[in-house]
Amino acid sequence: MRSPAVPWPTVPSLLDKRLIFVTGKGGVGKSTVAAALGMLGARHGLRTMVAELSSQQRVQGLFERYGEQFEEVQLAPRLFTISIDPEHAMDEYLRVKVGALGHALAGSRLFQTFAMATPGMRELLTIGKVWELAQLHRRTRGASPYDLVIVDAPATGHGLGLLRTPKTFADIARVGPIAHQGRTIAETLADPGFTGVVAVATPEEMPVNETLTLCETVEEEELALDLVVLNGLYPVRFDRREVDQLSDALERSRSPLSRTALRAALAEHSRAANQREQQARLKAGVNGRLVELPYVFTEQLGPRQVEALADGLEQAIRRPRR
Amino acid sequence: MSVAELLEGKRICVCAGSGGVGKTTTSAAVALGVAAEGAKVAVVTIDPAQRLANALGVEELPNEPHRVDPGRLTAAGLEVQGELWAMMLDPKRTFDELIERVAPDPGRAEEIKANRVYRELSSAVSGSQEFTAIAKLYDLDQEHEFDLLVLDTPPSRNALDFLEAPERLNSFLEGSTLKALARPAGRGLRVLGRGATPVLAALRRVTGVDLLTDVGTFFGLLGDMTGDFSLRAEQVEELLRADTTAFMLVTSAEREPIEEAIWFHRTLEHGGLPFAGVVVNRVHHDLLDGSEPEDVRPALRRTLGADLAARVADNFRDYHVLARRDDVNVDRLANALGDEPLLVVPQLDEDVHDLEGLLRMHRYLFASASEFEQLLADLVA
Repeated sequence: MRSPAVPWPTVPSLLDKRLIFVTGKGGVGKSTVAAALGMLGARHGLRTMVAELSSQQRVQGLFERYGEQFEEVQLAPRLFTISIDPEHAMDEYLRVKVGALGHALAGSRLFQTFAMATPGMRELLTIGKVWELAQLHRRTRGASPYDLVIVDAPATGHGLGLLRTPKTFADIARVGPIAHQGRTIAETLADPGFTGVVAVATPEEMPVNETLTLCETVEEEELALDLVVLNGLYPVRFDRREVDQLSDALERSRSPLSRTALRAALAEHSRAANQREQQARLKAGVNGRLVELPYVFTEQLGPRQVEALADGLEQAIRRPRR
Repeated sequence: MSVAELLEGKRICVCAGSGGVGKTTTSAAVALGVAAEGAKVAVVTIDPAQRLANALGVEELPNEPHRVDPGRLTAAGLEVQGELWAMMLDPKRTFDELIERVAPDPGRAEEIKANRVYRELSSAVSGSQEFTAIAKLYDLDQEHEFDLLVLDTPPSRNALDFLEAPERLNSFLEGSTLKALARPAGRGLRVLGRGATPVLAALRRVTGVDLLTDVGTFFGLLGDMTGDFSLRAEQVEELLRADTTAFMLVTSAEREPIEEAIWFHRTLEHGGLPFAGVVVNRVHHDLLDGSEPEDVRPALRRTLGADLAARVADNFRDYHVLARRDDVNVDRLANALGDEPLLVVPQLDEDVHDLEGLLRMHRYLFASASEFEQLLADLVA
């Protein structure tokens, strides 16, 4: 299998981009990685937005905030979040961008229903709002620009579909305002100086498969994959000799508590060993370069854990000194 | 409560839940268990892991159910009285087949399949998987070949997408909203004709002329077929609401998927959809039996030495951090569910990717109450 080229030279400047999509299979910790990247941006003095899609509000939860939905909410100095909803985005677009006519459409139930039922329209509106957030001159009245927008994007397949939507619409519509807007957004997404993609995987078979497929497809889509994050790596606590010792002890021990603890140790060791196989597979597929984040043993992920993950990312994507 | 009891008298089981919680493996384990007890069961998977796909043999015959070799099941250690069938959904092909079936003649089907709007529609990632999964389920149900159909649902962030996306696509295909906006004129909607409403004029300004023309041509091709789509949509809706259908929620024990399961359950209840129960995967059970993880250290120091004993204790402590986390989350779910069934599968030593793995899950899912107690007791050595 041809190993996809990951354009690593761009990595040190990840935070110089304005728009970063974080994608990966469901359950791999995309929101957490997006939040950690956001924290990193804010640390570096950037006014940073972490945008969630499909009405999720995980990032607010990570910061123990439960504020307004669909509004720009501040989490920490220079760090903001928003949950993007297509209906809300369409209303905003029509009223602000299209003017009086837009007001008429926004007020039409018939139009609303038609637009929302049109395949791809929800994605187009979502990505349109993301694009708007990343503009220097914000369409939203009274809104300040962001230096960096990080998108907690849908799972890999849907995430790529989302990035493809503006071009699809531009192609179908050919001329007219949607085609124009679609092309503008598509150009922004295709500009590696502006837009980046971060893939997150856990060291398990399916997430690694998805990431390897992603590496190939982003290339075909002419997008740049900037960073692969391997999240949730278990520590290897025991070496081979020690594992034998543990197995021996398990055979001999009579104490239920000791036996249970030994079994737990062996089970976790085998889990960690399997993870290393997947880690190696991913490493080979991305030319050996990826950022690894440890599994966080905690009852509840909060700002402190996100802070620690941001530290982990920091080393990998430190900006070059000027 | 075992899955066998939950699915008593059911003909369809829809496994729903947020991404990464083990929906595909749970669906397969559920199908396996019901087949083991004598039924003819088909599991429709969306995107199984390679090794699981190999184990089930679903790649050999795409988009059609395929019988899983009984010899393989016996070799894996389970005597299956009935039949286990499996298939992997191909959304594009399912969509094409649907058009071929509904079109008045093959020529029209070909025209539709070549239409640009159709091509985008049928290959768009979002929506088409959900739509075709339900379409396939409906067709398989109509064929009456199986006692039970188990449907794995497409991976999505939001479990509810599975219900909403087909509805959206249906209301688009029915074209009722567009028809209300424009008058049909032969084989194409005369969206640009005279008498256009102000809304349509505005729509034209916003979307552009070509897009509307293409959409118009598409609906012109569909013609009367839009009526068939409406009818099908109604029948599918009926099927999903039937009391022989069961929605089973699948989740892991982490906070976010649990929250989503609670929300999804509420939505099912609200929408009057038949709910069978929740499966919580990868639960870390408390193995301490009242002791502390630290107690392990002095007990093992003599055999393992201070350093190694300390690391075994550390591992045990970390495990129990997750056990406390899972306990809190499962409790919250149980409270939200009230009396509804909740099944728990512990964190297994290995991820499930083959028939042996499915069997390990199956043991927990199909255990009687007393067998389940025994399985939990066995977790503590």
